[in-house]
Amino acid sequence: MAFDDGPDSFPRLRNVGVAGMLVSFGESLSEPANRAALAFRAELEREGWAGVEETSTSLVSAFLRFDPVHLGHDALRERLEVLLATRDWYEAPLPSGRRLWRIPAVFGTELAPQLGDAAAAAGLSEAEAIASLTETRVRVQTIGFAPGQPYLGSLPEAWDIPRQSALTSQIPEGALAVAIRQLVLFSVSTPTGWQHVGQTAVRLFRPEAEEPFLLRPGDEVEFTRTDAEGLEALRRDPRGGAEERPLP
Amino acid sequence: MSGALRIHRAGPGLTLQDGGRPGYLALGLSRGGAADPLALAEGAALLGQDAGLAAIEMAGMGGEFEATAPLRIALTGAPMVATLDGTRLAWNASHSLQPGQRLGIGAAREGIYGYLHVGGGFEAEERLGARSAHLAAGIGAPLDAGESLTTGKDTGTATGLCLPQEARFSGGTLRIVASVHTGRFPESLRARFEDTVFQRDPRSNRMAARLASEGEGFGIDIGRAILSEAIVPGDIQITGDGTPFVLMAECQTTGGYPRIGTVLPCDLPRVAQAGPGARLAFRFVTLEEAVAAETRAAEARATLGRRVEPLIRDPASIPDLLSYQLVSGVTAGRELEPEGG
Repeated sequence: MAFDDGPDSFPRLRNVGVAGMLVSFGESLSEPANRAALAFRAELEREGWAGVEETSTSLVSAFLRFDPVHLGHDALRERLEVLLATRDWYEAPLPSGRRLWRIPAVFGTELAPQLGDAAAAAGLSEAEAIASLTETRVRVQTIGFAPGQPYLGSLPEAWDIPRQSALTSQIPEGALAVAIRQLVLFSVSTPTGWQHVGQTAVRLFRPEAEEPFLLRPGDEVEFTRTDAEGLEALRRDPRGGAEERPLP
Repeated sequence: MSGALRIHRAGPGLTLQDGGRPGYLALGLSRGGAADPLALAEGAALLGQDAGLAAIEMAGMGGEFEATAPLRIALTGAPMVATLDGTRLAWNASHSLQPGQRLGIGAAREGIYGYLHVGGGFEAEERLGARSAHLAAGIGAPLDAGESLTTGKDTGTATGLCLPQEARFSGGTLRIVASVHTGRFPESLRARFEDTVFQRDPRSNRMAARLASEGEGFGIDIGRAILSEAIVPGDIQITGDGTPFVLMAECQTTGGYPRIGTVLPCDLPRVAQAGPGARLAFRFVTLEEAVAAETRAAEARATLGRRVEPLIRDPASIPDLLSYQLVSGVTAGRELEPEGG
């Protein structure tokens, strides 16, 4: 029985239980590994192999859920290895069909009370922090934790700040929070160690809507500044003022 | 014809469940669906209908129900005390429910999740392609007294059928395979895990089953944090304090705790159905053994219909009475026998 994690080189294939396979492009988050995971998963979706029931991405991996009764592990591994060898996935272009979103947010104030602390941890003034967070276009690197909840990155190096060890007892839905060069836009109200620097009016998962999910992995996002009054008005918009356009 | 089922009294854990919502992992939504998928398949076999139809899942306790039109029902999963106007009903069987009759379903005698199926299934509005409640994701809500559930068009007529109940309500030794982090657990710790007897902690739910045991925990020092990766139902995560949690149907889609192994999908209902006092143990098997077990389980599910038999053989419905060995053929009273295994 093989209990080791396999070779340390990447890309690397690992079983997840009996009916899952993980194709990892790195040990830790990096821009090329995230691009590779997104591009490789898009290719898997295009291929549409019989027996593969579903695919997804995490930060640096593509995941396949498959039917091992009809698609054996060895056969699947072989096909994945062949597909991996067809190109340098770290250099692959990002999938098509992605969108650029502009999402209004209030930075700081009582609506996002940790802007000052987070800016200080990043060595920035509040004004510099807001400028950095609104000028950096970030990508949906993965969606997880709760339905529709994106992890966005990468922010400039200054934002490589740790998560708080003491959790914020409850961060509201639509909160924008920062740590480890990433932003999380919260789709549910939850305790968190991420620092609350902005507040949006978006609802990322609306099960009753025609299009229940706002964002998809690979989409890009720019945050724009609004004030408390503007945010209140945006709460009446089902999309919370988020606007999209297709990315080339 | 279509009708409705009125709920007069509801236990605290009643939800509509079906096969769940595949296809949304990439968007952070796990598949969910019935905690005991075999029970769904059994209900479908008893009523001769599609296994994708929605049924009522009852966690630990049922309720009281009434039909507005003649209705076929089937009762599967954890055996509960069921009565029709006070008369005891067989479990893992189909029955007919006439308007005005009261169906009472009490506490589970063993196991956790019982299922109430109707001919034609329940016709709740679909959300993202399924009718099942996914409470962790905010889809659907627990069923409550006063609600009336519309039932779909029933194309079948047979009732009074039963299926032998596959023992899965009192724990047992479950098969697990190595998963992404198994190699990070020292051999001695894996051996101790296999030697430990667990109970499903009552704080367990549709997201995860907490495994309680005597003795020290199973935590490992993983150095720097593990990057969050795809997780699947059946994965056994070890949290920071060393407690194992088996992920269930409504788990999150990614997680960062180390995983010592993964329970075979065909053994997972035993975790969901491990009631008070049930003892659970785990044993590593090879991937080949796991796939062989899954293949056998899939075949058994696909051929459940062949194992359906009359609950009570009414002599009037037997065309050639004299050819039957009446003594060995009688199956009435099966519901009073103790569960095997």
